[in-house]
Amino acid sequence: MYEFLDDFLFSYQSLIYALGINGLLALSMYVVLAIGQLSLGQAAFMGLGAYTSALLTLKLGAPFPLVLLASMAVPAVAALIIGAPTLRLSGVYLALATIGLGEVLRIAFVNSELTGGALGLSGIPEKAGYTLIFSCLALALIAFVLVSRSRIGRAMEAMREDEIAAGMLGVHLPRYRMSALVASAMLAGLAGALNAHVSSFISPNDYGFDAAVTILSYALLGGIGSPFGPVVGAIILTLLPEVLRPLHDFRLVFNGLIIVIAVLFMPHGLVPWRIRRTGARA
Amino acid sequence: MLAQQLVNGIISGATYALFALGFTLMFGVLNVVNLTYGVYFSTGALIALYATRHFVAPILIALPLAAIATGLIAVVIDGLLLTPLRRKKAPELASLMVTLGATLLLYSLMTAFIGTDIQRFPPAAIDPSAIEIGTVRVSRSQMLIVGTAFVMVVLLLALMRGTRLGLAIRALAENPDVARLMGVDVTLVTFFVSFVSGTLGAAAGILIGLNYNAIQPYMGEAMMLKGFAVIIIGGLGDIRGALIAGLILGLLEGLTAGYVTSTLKDAVGFLLLVLTLWFRPVGLFGRAAIKRA
Repeated sequence: MYEFLDDFLFSYQSLIYALGINGLLALSMYVVLAIGQLSLGQAAFMGLGAYTSALLTLKLGAPFPLVLLASMAVPAVAALIIGAPTLRLSGVYLALATIGLGEVLRIAFVNSELTGGALGLSGIPEKAGYTLIFSCLALALIAFVLVSRSRIGRAMEAMREDEIAAGMLGVHLPRYRMSALVASAMLAGLAGALNAHVSSFISPNDYGFDAAVTILSYALLGGIGSPFGPVVGAIILTLLPEVLRPLHDFRLVFNGLIIVIAVLFMPHGLVPWRIRRTGARA
Repeated sequence: MLAQQLVNGIISGATYALFALGFTLMFGVLNVVNLTYGVYFSTGALIALYATRHFVAPILIALPLAAIATGLIAVVIDGLLLTPLRRKKAPELASLMVTLGATLLLYSLMTAFIGTDIQRFPPAAIDPSAIEIGTVRVSRSQMLIVGTAFVMVVLLLALMRGTRLGLAIRALAENPDVARLMGVDVTLVTFFVSFVSGTLGAAAGILIGLNYNAIQPYMGEAMMLKGFAVIIIGGLGDIRGALIAGLILGLLEGLTAGYVTSTLKDAVGFLLLVLTLWFRPVGLFGRAAIKRA
């Protein structure tokens, strides 16, 4: 009986962790979508964060707060390298280059001895927990709500609706695009580090194409009218396969289908409400 | 050693060029980034595999059959996913997202039914004999690769430059509304272009499948990385650029594998992609207009 309870708690626990981490990933997707760009490198940024943090903890025994900072800094640098040339061009280039980044990183993780090859890294100490994961999610949500209510949020929404008009009205497009991409990479990296430090094991396949598309499906299911949409999307898509067991085997088919349906039939997602801005009269 | 690496490079370069051709054609004419293109690569190879395995079709028959079947699949996918978006004049990222979702859906359906194990052509389908010229070895299937790629490229160029249909395709690429006003049946030409792209992608998949004799559903995903690199290096929508960029990528990969290390081989394409984006975003020939917002 106790064994059953232990088993149950164990799987329950990892599900709750997954809710928080996937919520962060959904927000990282949201930042980019909110300005009308598409990054498919969220899984790659997450993987970079996960591997950076795991290596720092395992090989150097670095203190955890420092590890978390590094796991945000490394993906941010990758975002700068990919973003600087592509963000000057049309949105297609960023999307293609970020898928490429994911594929190349996966190959690098598989082939490098440092990262444990295809087997990945195991025995990562469990340093994160409920409190840390959900405080990060709450902080990120609050920050995004504050940003949406501000002048910056208004500029972001203007960019999403009509980039050229936004540029004419004095929105500094390159700066916004780059900040959004870097912020998104940092969030994804943080999510990766947290995940590595609760699941004790990471492998290159966790950060491949499937993961990248799944993260997009969170945001599109929830809708990107407000930061709450993607989080709701993440919660639904994380819980649903657990509740509906038959769905479990076809989880990825379902995630793909969600994107198709969302783009074709419900462009505003499940949570269509927007956040009111302060000083909207001005 | 050098000669053999160059020959190997040309052989993979020919398949990259063939693969990228269909991808860049779709972008150049239909103005969509259709990510399901990688699925056509896998589908073509899988159909050819089952044709040779279960109907004992010789590869010379299985290849065109599988390519045509995949072309039809491409038309259906275009009709279901992209035609509605085109009608709504949706932004280009919408088409990218919808095909991305469809790609995950199709790959996971394929793996749900046939698994991810590597499957191989029956030994009878592959002629193991090779021709040796000095120290250079070229197998029959490698000759088939270069031959097929060459024939398909010549046919495509002849179609584009020498026929009324080609003229209609180029008109559609230039401006769909004006093409329609000039009497081009835009829907029909769109389906035709999807069909041709599908056959090109499938042919590349079958040829690569023959060369390495290892086929599984996700093989198209790894190929897409080469596809992105080639079409960006060649310039989005630029047919000539895609051909030359494909060959360049194949050669550089061959040389990297031969003289540096084979693990770096797959990173070459991405490195070239990033360098192109930094220093020459219009691609090799700089014809494609880059939309700067």
